[in-house]
Amino acid sequence: MAILKKSAVWIGYLAALLALPQFFDSVLAVSIFNQMAIAIVFGLSYNMLLGQGGMLSFGHAVYFGLGGFLAVHALLMIEVETVYFSIIWIPLVGGFIGLLAALFIGTFSTHKAGTVFAMISLGIGELLAASSLIFVSFFGGEAGVSGDRTFGPPFFGIEWFQNLEIYYLAVAWVFIATVFMYLFTQTPAGKMANAVRDNPERAEFIGYSARKVRYITFCAAGLFAGVAGGLFALNYEFITEENLNAATSGRVLLSAYIGGLGYFIGPIVGAVILTLMNSLLSNYSDLWMLYLGIMFLLTVMFLPRGFAGFIMMHQLAWVRGKIKSLLVPYLLTGIPSLLFLISVVGLIELSHTDEAELYYFGLSFNSTAAMDFILIAIVALGSLLSIRRSLPQLRAAWEAANEIPESVDEESTS
Amino acid sequence: MLDVFIFATLNGLVTGLLLFMLASGLTLIFSMMGVLNFAHASFYMLGAYFAYSVSLYFGYWTGLIFAPIIVGVLGALVERYGLRRVHQHGHVAELVFTFGLAFLIEEAVQFFWGADTKNYQSPDLLDFPLFTLFGQEFPAYRGFMIGISISIFIGLYYVLTKSRIGIIIQAALTHPHTVSNLGHNVPLIFMCVFGVGSALAGVAGVIAGPVLTTFPGMAVVLGSIVFVIVVIGGLGSLAGAFIASILIGLLQSYAIASDVGMPDLLNLLGLEFDRNHPLTDLWTLTLPQIAPILPFLLLVLVLIFRPTGLMGKREQ
Amino acid sequence: MRTSRFIRHIFLSFLLVFSSNIYAQEPVRLAFLDPLTGAFASIGNSGLKQLEFAADYFYNSKGGILGGRMIEIVPLDNKQSPTESQLQFRRAVSEGIQYIFQGNGSAVANALNDAINRHNRRNPGQEVMQVNYSAVDPILTEDNCSFWHFRWDAHANMKLNVLTDYIAADQDIESVYIIGQDYSFGQVVSDTSIELLQQKRPDIEIAGNEFHPIGQVKDFTPYVTKIVASGADAVITGNYGADMVSLARSIIDNGLDIPIYTFYAAYDGITATLGEDGKNRIRLIHNEVSNPYPTEERKEFVRAFKAANPNNDVTQPRITNALRMIVTAMEETQSTDPYDVGLALEDMRFTTLSGDEIWMRGEDHQVIQTLHISVHTDEGVEFDADNSGFGLYTEFSAPIEDSMVPVNNCRMRRPSR
Repeated sequence: MAILKKSAVWIGYLAALLALPQFFDSVLAVSIFNQMAIAIVFGLSYNMLLGQGGMLSFGHAVYFGLGGFLAVHALLMIEVETVYFSIIWIPLVGGFIGLLAALFIGTFSTHKAGTVFAMISLGIGELLAASSLIFVSFFGGEAGVSGDRTFGPPFFGIEWFQNLEIYYLAVAWVFIATVFMYLFTQTPAGKMANAVRDNPERAEFIGYSARKVRYITFCAAGLFAGVAGGLFALNYEFITEENLNAATSGRVLLSAYIGGLGYFIGPIVGAVILTLMNSLLSNYSDLWMLYLGIMFLLTVMFLPRGFAGFIMMHQLAWVRGKIKSLLVPYLLTGIPSLLFLISVVGLIELSHTDEAELYYFGLSFNSTAAMDFILIAIVALGSLLSIRRSLPQLRAAWEAANEIPESVDEESTS
Repeated sequence: MLDVFIFATLNGLVTGLLLFMLASGLTLIFSMMGVLNFAHASFYMLGAYFAYSVSLYFGYWTGLIFAPIIVGVLGALVERYGLRRVHQHGHVAELVFTFGLAFLIEEAVQFFWGADTKNYQSPDLLDFPLFTLFGQEFPAYRGFMIGISISIFIGLYYVLTKSRIGIIIQAALTHPHTVSNLGHNVPLIFMCVFGVGSALAGVAGVIAGPVLTTFPGMAVVLGSIVFVIVVIGGLGSLAGAFIASILIGLLQSYAIASDVGMPDLLNLLGLEFDRNHPLTDLWTLTLPQIAPILPFLLLVLVLIFRPTGLMGKREQ
Repeated sequence: MRTSRFIRHIFLSFLLVFSSNIYAQEPVRLAFLDPLTGAFASIGNSGLKQLEFAADYFYNSKGGILGGRMIEIVPLDNKQSPTESQLQFRRAVSEGIQYIFQGNGSAVANALNDAINRHNRRNPGQEVMQVNYSAVDPILTEDNCSFWHFRWDAHANMKLNVLTDYIAADQDIESVYIIGQDYSFGQVVSDTSIELLQQKRPDIEIAGNEFHPIGQVKDFTPYVTKIVASGADAVITGNYGADMVSLARSIIDNGLDIPIYTFYAAYDGITATLGEDGKNRIRLIHNEVSNPYPTEERKEFVRAFKAANPNNDVTQPRITNALRMIVTAMEETQSTDPYDVGLALEDMRFTTLSGDEIWMRGEDHQVIQTLHISVHTDEGVEFDADNSGFGLYTEFSAPIEDSMVPVNNCRMRRPSR
C-alpha cells in the first residue's frame, strides 16, 4: 500500500509537469515553465547541500554555471561536428562538469561546515565570477557564449526548434533528477548527511567521517547543479557570467529558503514562487525586488521552515481531523491580513509613482492628494487592529487542534 | 617610481583604515553573537545616504554627527526585533537573515533615494591639497579620513580595555551567564554593541561617501571585502582585523600601481606564446587586472591552510 | 506606476473588444526592452519616457499612423541582464510584438541579436526587428550583422575616429592615458584609439592602457596616481555609470587638471554629480548637436518634453530618430511587417529635428550621421541636464564624411520571400 501511495505521488508529479502546457500554451507560459524546470533542479540540488547536509553555500551557482558553460561549448562542438550526439544528453554533460568541479573544490571546502564552509564558498564564487570576465576565450566575457541546439541528430524527428519541445525534454530530466535526488535522501549516505548536519560529533562516534559524508553530499549537489546548468544551456542557448555569480547563488538560497529548507518539496515550492514573482510580478511593479526582500525577511523571521514547513505544520491537525476547526479563525485573521498587505503595498506604490493618477485594484488614487494617502492608511490601520483582535482566537484554535504541547515534530525532514 | 610607491602606500592606508572601521564593528558583533552580519556594509551605505540627506539642509558636519546616530539606532532596532527573534532558529537562520536584510536595504535605498548616484560632496573647509609631492596632490580630505579612522581605533581600544563598560562587554562576550548573574542586562549590552558596531559602519559611510561616490551598489562593492578581512584576520579578533585591513588595502593598492604581469614572467623565463594560443588570456594577465580579486584568493588560501585566520583563536 | 499602465492596458483591450466598430484599428505595438529596475534603471526609464513622449508628440496626438492606428509602447524590464532579456523577448513574441527597441549594454544587444536571429529563422512569418538605439559594439554591424538589426547610434569605431581626429588636432596633447572597464567595449575603445592615434599622430605617446573590472573598484585614487605619474596630458575612457562618476571624481579630487574624453559622462544624475568640478574638463563624443540647438523645431520638442517630464531630459535624440524613421518606412510601405519595413529603411535618408540629414546605410544597417564633441559647462547652456544648470556645449562637429567608417566584415544574408 505504502509503495502504491508513494508511486501515486510520483505519477501525479509527472502528470502535472506534462499537463501544464496543455492549459497554458503561449510562448510566454512555456518560457516560464522552462524557467521553473531549471529552477526546480537547481533548488533541489541546493537543498541537498543546505537542507540535508547543513552546508550553507554562497557560491552554489559556480557548479550551475560551469555545467552550463560546458554544455554550451558542447552545443558548439556538435555544431562544428567535433562530436556527434543528440542534444538530449546535454544536461549530462553539464552534470558531469558540475561533479568534476565539486570533486575538486570539495577536497578542501568540506573540512568544516558552518561559517568556514560558507566563507570558502563565497570566496570561490567571487573568484570564479571575476575570472570568468578575465578568461574571455572560454567564458566569452560579459557577452557570454552562445550556441544553437538545432544541430546534431534529430531525436525521433524532433529538431528542437520550439521551446515547447525543450520543455518536454526538461520535464524528463527534471523527473529523473527529482527521483534520483529523492532516492539519495533514502540511501545511507543521505541519512548520514542529516546526522552530520545535526551533530557531527555523534556521527563521528558511530564511525562515520563527517568530512567524507559532507564530501559525498557536496559532490552530489554539484552534479545536479550542473544538470540544471545543462538545462539552462538548452533552453536559452547561451550562458553568461551572471549565471555563475553571487546574484545567482543568492537567488537559489532565497528560493530554497522561502520554499522551505529540509523538506524535499520545499525547493520545488520555492522555485515556483520565485519564478512566478520574477516573471509576472516584475511587469506590474518595478518595486518587486523590494517586495521580494520583505517577503524573504518575513519568511526567515516568522516561517523559519518556509512555505513547505507552513503546510507541513498542519499535518497533525489534518491527521487528527481537526483541520476544519482552524478554517474560521484562519479566515478571520487572513482576510484583514490580506487587506493590510494590499493597503501597505498601495501606500508604497502611491508614494513611489511619478504619475498623478494611480489605478490600484480598479480604484483611482491621486498621488498628490494627502487625502488618498490618509484613506489607505486608515484601511491599513483598521485591518491591523482587526488582526490584533483575531490573532488570540487563532492561537487558541491552533492549540486546541494540536493538543499535544510540542505540536509538530520540528525535526521531521524530507 | 618612488612617487608611485609613496602614493600607493598612502592610498592603501586610506582604504585599509576605512575597511578597518567596517571590520572592527563586524568582528565585534561576531565575537558577541557568533554570527557574521552580511548587512554590515549596508549600514555603511545607509550612513552615506543619511549623511547626504542631512548635509543637503544642515551641511556636512551635522551629517557627520547625526547620520551615525541614526544608523546606530537602526542597527539596535534590527538586533532587538529581528536578529533576537531569529536567534532561536540557529546560526544558519541568523546568517540568512542578515543576507536578506542586506538585500532589502539595497532595495529600500533605491526606493527612497533612487538608483542614480548622489552628489554627496566633501566639505569646502577640507577642499585643499594637504601637501604636494612629486607633482601629485594629496587632498586634505584624505588626511581627514586617516585622522578619523585612527582616532576611532584608539577610542575603541581605550573603551574596550580601560573603561568599566568595556570590561563588562568583554566579560559578556566570553561568559554571558556569569555577567548576567552579576546583575547586568546582557541582552541590552548585546543590543548596544550591535548598535555601536552599526554606527561605526555608519561613520565609515559618512566619510567615504564623498570620495567613493554614493550609489546603491556601494554596499555590495565593499561588503564581501569586509567579510574577507574579518575572516582573514581571524573571527572575533580586533587586532587581526586591523592587520588584515591594512594588508588588503596595501595589497590592492600596490597591485594596481604595479605594471607587472604574466608577459613579464614569461619574458623572464624566455618563453613565448602567440596570441592564438587557447590560454592566451592567462598569458596576458597583468597584476592590476586581477587586483580586485586578490582578497578572495587570499581568503580561500587562508581558509584552507589556516582556518582560524591570522589572529583567530576559536574555530567554528 | 506600471500597475496603472497594466490596468489601463486591460481597460483598453476591453474597450477594443466591445467597441470594435468605434476603434476599428488595433494599435501598433513597439516593445522597449531595457533596464527599468536595478542599478541602471534611471537610464532605462529615461529612455522609455523619451520614446513614449515622442510617440505621443509626433503621432498619437495627431491621430495616429497608417490611417488612425495609435502607437503603443510596451515597456519590458530586462534588468540589464542577457538572460532576462531573452525571457522578455519571449514575452514580446508571445504578445505578437514585432519591434524591439533596445539600447543599454552591448552584451544584452549581442544576446538579443542572437535570440532574434534564431527566432526569425525558426518562425518565418513572425519575424522581429531589433531597433538598436544605443549599443555601440561594432560587431553588431560588422561580423554579426543581420538583416533584422538596425542601429541608430554611431558605433564605437566611428566615435573614436572622430575623437582621435579631435585629439590629434590638439598640439598641446603629447601623451594620453587610456583607462576602461575590462569588457568588450572597454577593449574596443583601447585598441581602436591606440591604432588610430598611431596613424594620425605617431608622436603621441600612449602613457598607459589600463583595464579595471566593471563595478568592482571601490576607489579610483590608485589609478589616478598612476595617471599622474605617467605625465599624461589627456585621459580617454569608455566607462559608464558609477564607474564613470567615480573615475571623474577621483581625477578631480586629486587635483589632476587634464581633459577627460568620454562617451557616457552626462545626464541621468552624472552631470549633476560632476557639477562645478567637471567644468571645461569633461568632453563627450556623441551624435545630435548639443547647445546651442540649431533649430526652433528641436527646441520646441525639448521644451514640450520638459513640460511633461520635469525631472528628465532628452538624453538620446536618436530614439526619436529611430521611431520617426520606422514610422516613415511603415507609412511608405503601408505595412507593419518587419520585412517590408526593413527593406524600406535600407538607404533611407532622413532629416532630424536638428536639421541634419542622416542616412541608414543599407549594406550594414548602420546610421551615418554627424558626430559632435561637447564640453561639460554652464556657459552658453540653454538646455541643461539634470536641472543642474550644467549641460553640454558643442565645441566641434564632424560632418557625415568624416564620421563614416567603411564596412569591413559584414556579409549580410537577406531573407528571401
